[in-house]
Amino acid sequence: MNKQPQPFAIDVSCQKQLAGFSIDANFQAGGGITALFGRSGSGKTTIINMLAGLDQPDHGVVRIDGQEVFNAGENINIPPERRHIGYVFQEGLLFPHMTVVENLKYGARFHKKTGNETDFHNIVDLLQLGNILNRRPKSLSGGEKQRVAIGRAILKKPDLLLMDEPLASLDDGLKTEILKFIERLRDELSLAIVYVSHSMEEVIRLADTIILLDQGKTIAQGSVEEIMNNLDLWPYTGRHEAGAVFPVKVVGHDLKYGLTELAFAGGRLVVSKLEALPGSELRVRIRARDVTISLEKPNQTSVLNVFKGQITDIRSHDETPQCEVKVDIGVPVIVRITRKSLYNLSLETGKNVYLMIKSAAIDRHSMGLGGTRKRREF
Amino acid sequence: MVFSPCPIRGNNLTMTELSPFEIEALLLSLKVGVAATVFSLPFAVLVAWVLSRLRFPGKFLLDGITHLPLVLPPVVIGYVLLVLFGKNGPVGGWLYDVFGITIAFTWKGAAVASAVVAFPLMVRAIRLSFDNVDIKLEQAARTLGAKPVSIFFTITLPLILPGLLSGAVLAFARSLGEFGATITFVSNIPGVTQTLPLALYSSIQSFDGEFIALRLVIISVVLSLAAMLASEFLSRKLAGYLE
Repeated sequence: MNKQPQPFAIDVSCQKQLAGFSIDANFQAGGGITALFGRSGSGKTTIINMLAGLDQPDHGVVRIDGQEVFNAGENINIPPERRHIGYVFQEGLLFPHMTVVENLKYGARFHKKTGNETDFHNIVDLLQLGNILNRRPKSLSGGEKQRVAIGRAILKKPDLLLMDEPLASLDDGLKTEILKFIERLRDELSLAIVYVSHSMEEVIRLADTIILLDQGKTIAQGSVEEIMNNLDLWPYTGRHEAGAVFPVKVVGHDLKYGLTELAFAGGRLVVSKLEALPGSELRVRIRARDVTISLEKPNQTSVLNVFKGQITDIRSHDETPQCEVKVDIGVPVIVRITRKSLYNLSLETGKNVYLMIKSAAIDRHSMGLGGTRKRREF
Repeated sequence: MVFSPCPIRGNNLTMTELSPFEIEALLLSLKVGVAATVFSLPFAVLVAWVLSRLRFPGKFLLDGITHLPLVLPPVVIGYVLLVLFGKNGPVGGWLYDVFGITIAFTWKGAAVASAVVAFPLMVRAIRLSFDNVDIKLEQAARTLGAKPVSIFFTITLPLILPGLLSGAVLAFARSLGEFGATITFVSNIPGVTQTLPLALYSSIQSFDGEFIALRLVIISVVLSLAAMLASEFLSRKLAGYLE
């Protein structure tokens, strides 16, 4: 007898005609955080609204945790209030005529079984809402509003939390603050989350899986590493910010010089000091523009990280002065150099080269805590 | 019951003392105004909601009919009401046969006339507040498990409260001033249908009635000002925590 519960899964395969363009969404996602990534106007919000039931596809099927919540062929369309979802909107959308407590407990009015007092106190603690419980939304800061909105959505005890650009209306300082809270949801409540974003920084930091969207179509899906290291997808993931993503483990800190040593499949990487405990697993992104290539081993250089590797791929276009070179140093690393250098060094696939990575290349904006928790088995 | 249009001259009264005649007209005006407002409020909310939220063929017709009392001469409205609600009229006859209720030539008729005339003002104010409610707040409530009816009472209604209030006050003030439809429909019977404007009309008509007319004008101005101030005060209190 197999008593193991079915793993959490979302299965979307549907189409919808909108004014100007059409949505064609096909993807599957498991637990953890799934990022719907694409430019503004690529249909991200429409797709997340289809999961919530606020938008109806014209054709197709939407399944959440094994339950068919929409099926055009069989006339199934479960209304939003009966889907087991929580939704955090970009604008927060707190009810202005209610206090924070009333907002938080709004969902409980309609679900007698969910959300007992212990859950309530746990979530108030987790999101640090204790001091603002009796205030009204009008008097809250942007970050506080968004924390209340998150609390309100998860107190309903959803199977799936939908977040539509929850950080978009916040400034940088608040973004970092809320990101920490979202990581705590993921790690402490092990909640399945679908996260809509157009910020690669947020996606690398939070997501397990990326669904890449362009003009309403899902064009690729995979782990953050697979998607980011695929040179073909760079037009969609954003050329300027692009770079290889791989997992590392913190070895230790050099307090004298303010550095952190990271271990990865290709050796040791020395970077500016990071706020992470030795032994913790992180995900780092090395931006292509922060890496340089040398044909000979550089001996006297200020760069601390030098790795030997082999060129596996080159992407060069006549219309741009830069080109991308993929080098395997145990993990794939992507380097952006000029086409002139490519010609001068006569680089080609299979050639052995040395890579130099600046230690300042990795900061808190280019790392995520993706590997720190136990991932669900599928 | 006294049927003379202006039974007490009032010359022997001080400025702060009201004569029984004035008190009668004032109380009747308040009764008619409150009844008209309370009775039409649910219908006004329903029509305002339909006009704000639904799209259907013939919507312009509903919109037009709702606004008709605003442009029709009140005498026309009064006459139409008389034809419909008179004891032999289609609605009046039915109400009398089934419930034993008489509308024509009673204070209830005055309330009906006021309600009809004030209805478009009330609908306009409430419809504007419905238009201003962010639909996404209602969607947020749905994702939290609320059904449409619960959403209406827990989210939408509280949010339109300031507009509802100002619509009600506007309608109440319009009722206090109602003259043409009332006098056509329910006549000018002291103590029964003689509201402040009708009493004022009677005193102007009667010989030696100017002093009473002046006093009735002051009462009307004070009453209208009080209603407006009360509404302003309440909407500010409400607006304090909305937004």
